[in-house]
Amino acid sequence: MIGHLVLWLDDRLGAASFLRKAMRKAFPDHWAFMLGEVALYSYLALLGSGIYLTFFYTASGDHIVYHGTYRPLDGVPMSEAYASILRISFDVPAGLLIRQFHHWAALVFAAAISVHLLRIFFTGAFRRPREINWLIGVTLLLLAMAIGFTGYSLPDDLLSGTGLRIAYSILLSIPVVGTWSAFLLFGGVYPGADILRRFLILHIFLLQALIAALIGVHLFLIWHQKHTQFRGPGRTERNVVGSPLWPNYTMKSIGLALVIFSVLALLGGLAQINPVWLYGPYEAWQASSPAQPDWYLGWAEGALRLWPAWEIRLFGRLVANPFFPSVLFPVVFFLVLYLWPWIERWITGDARPHHLLDRARDCPWRSAVGAWAVAFGIALTLAGSNDVIANLLGVPVEIVTVYFRVMLGIAPILAAVLTYFVCHGLQERDRQPERRRIRAIVRVNARGGYEEETLPTPDSPAPEPGGGESGTGS
Amino acid sequence: MLLRALAAAVRAVAAILTLGDIVRQERPGPASREAAPAPPAPDARASALVAGALLVSIAATIAFGAAYALGAQTQLLAGTSGVSLAALAVAFIVWGQRLLQQEQITEERAPEPSPEEARRGAEEALARGEREISRRGALGWLLAGALGSLGIAALFPVRSLGPGPDRLLFHTKWRAGAPLVGIDGKPIRAADLLIGSVATVFPEGYVGDPSSQALLIRVEPGLLELPPAQLAGAPQGFVAYSKICTHAGCPVGLYRARTHELVCPCHQSTFDVLAGARPVFGPATRPLPQLPLRLGADGRLRALGDFTEPVGPGFWGMP
Repeated sequence: MIGHLVLWLDDRLGAASFLRKAMRKAFPDHWAFMLGEVALYSYLALLGSGIYLTFFYTASGDHIVYHGTYRPLDGVPMSEAYASILRISFDVPAGLLIRQFHHWAALVFAAAISVHLLRIFFTGAFRRPREINWLIGVTLLLLAMAIGFTGYSLPDDLLSGTGLRIAYSILLSIPVVGTWSAFLLFGGVYPGADILRRFLILHIFLLQALIAALIGVHLFLIWHQKHTQFRGPGRTERNVVGSPLWPNYTMKSIGLALVIFSVLALLGGLAQINPVWLYGPYEAWQASSPAQPDWYLGWAEGALRLWPAWEIRLFGRLVANPFFPSVLFPVVFFLVLYLWPWIERWITGDARPHHLLDRARDCPWRSAVGAWAVAFGIALTLAGSNDVIANLLGVPVEIVTVYFRVMLGIAPILAAVLTYFVCHGLQERDRQPERRRIRAIVRVNARGGYEEETLPTPDSPAPEPGGGESGTGS
Repeated sequence: MLLRALAAAVRAVAAILTLGDIVRQERPGPASREAAPAPPAPDARASALVAGALLVSIAATIAFGAAYALGAQTQLLAGTSGVSLAALAVAFIVWGQRLLQQEQITEERAPEPSPEEARRGAEEALARGEREISRRGALGWLLAGALGSLGIAALFPVRSLGPGPDRLLFHTKWRAGAPLVGIDGKPIRAADLLIGSVATVFPEGYVGDPSSQALLIRVEPGLLELPPAQLAGAPQGFVAYSKICTHAGCPVGLYRARTHELVCPCHQSTFDVLAGARPVFGPATRPLPQLPLRLGADGRLRALGDFTEPVGPGFWGMP
């Protein structure tokens, strides 16, 4: 059966020689190499659940009065979009499960991409010849945030509407083109003519098609360039050692996909997320407190909260406050991230191709830079919840904010210095094999007791007499 | 530190998922060359485990179908589908790790650059085409001009996506004499509002208009520290400010009556109501624009005109 199919295909495409090689392609085994796969499979989960949701969603800001299953909102005026989300959540069988599955999958997708990026960074996998895939990967991270934000805005609830308002204000703050870009995206002064329809098209078509295409190129390049590998016996810069694609790697990978789907299904039904019916429909004159975005935009929220009351006038025009934390800072940060392979090459002067990965300790200064960025991101994300933290601690929010402003400077530097010395310490330990030597052998003797034989060590040249018996048999 | 903990956690999960095989394989084994795979040991326990997992998966799938058909709770749907997928995952992973022969294969990498001959050939092929085209010098420039202008023209329809910002950011629906109404559309009378209380107000006929939303606050008249021109628009301690934060546009919804401060729930910008809504904390730089009021003989509050400044967050053309 399969044999016939192969012959049929080969008659038409000449695919047999490709298939023969492809099935025996080597994929190195390491837990950290699964992170990209986690992103891939959560993307598939998003695609499936997302298509289902579009069948029920109405992208309309027109107001209606709700008379549906959810009694607490009976008689409340709301947009058709919000009403359709209520319908998905309360009336469509399994609708709530799939909606929450979709939301959780988005959170996991962004998380997997982020951790995958860290893995690539700390192991130096971005180095020549993999710069193109680094650029694609960073772009995918940005697209994941954008598609996450557009999707999060679609329910038109109070929380997401507030986020939309902030996004509009950030656009507005851009010098020269800000007002025009805000007006063209929103279709007029906030809240605009039909922002929900536009965001739906961005969410399910434009951004989505870009992500699909880039994932395709990303995977093709991995296939073409072959995966990187850690050092080990028999592993060189000229080969790749691992499990064959078929059947071993395939079985393992399908297993991983099923684990992710299973976790998402359990989260989707057991862990409530984004209960928009509790937030209420969006009204421009209302805001909820506390209000936090999804985790992958926490850094942006934190930056907005920490940036002091400072803005400048340029040529008599205003460069408004949000421009600095929410446009300039991310642009600079992602520019550095994009250019990192070249920045590192410029620093080290190392332009050779690399197929063997570094461990984080192998390049302490790079790991220190990475630790700085991670700590900075975590600090910003926490600062995005300064009001929640203030509430928890019973401290005025002003104090928490000032604390974070200070820590944003200090903590990342501490993290970087610590990482640098830990990496050097680990290298040092690697160079002293005797410290890992076996110092004693414990045996079970014939009577069921234990015997210890102490081996000579460089620290104690005179070996103690071994054979002391401890423990007893019955 | 966090990274290490994360790594340890992922490693632990991976170890559980794969019964430790992935983690063990990471340690360099003695025979990682294309060693002849050992004949698979018959693993009765693994087979039983796979069979059991597949049976559990089938049972859970049937339960999911039944739960769906009976219109069961979300939690039950999630539990059944989650167990079904998890059991299937166990089956796949155990099958892959215990029932398949484990082998490590070695592939050689071809160096990335093509042989020198191919590189020169590619360069030459490109250069030849380029020469052919550029030989018609003027025509080539014309072609570039035609394509470029077409490309620019294709951008024109972007302009249709929205109106120009022109004056829209400078004006709201407030006009001189516009009566203040509440969210319910009912007129606001001076007697309705006690000292220390606050109300969201709109111009009559525009309830809910996002740009026109304002906060009406009543304070002890003597407490206001406003320049005379502004004080004139705050009769008897009734003072109104735009409700749109000058930082990022959130509605400034929290009022601390004791300290007479308005707080934005989004980024904690804080405004001093007594001092013309001057920002005293947080990222906001500009005060909330004031809506000048007058108190009519009928006890109703009306606007004296539009806000004194453009409302909302800053933009390039803001005066």
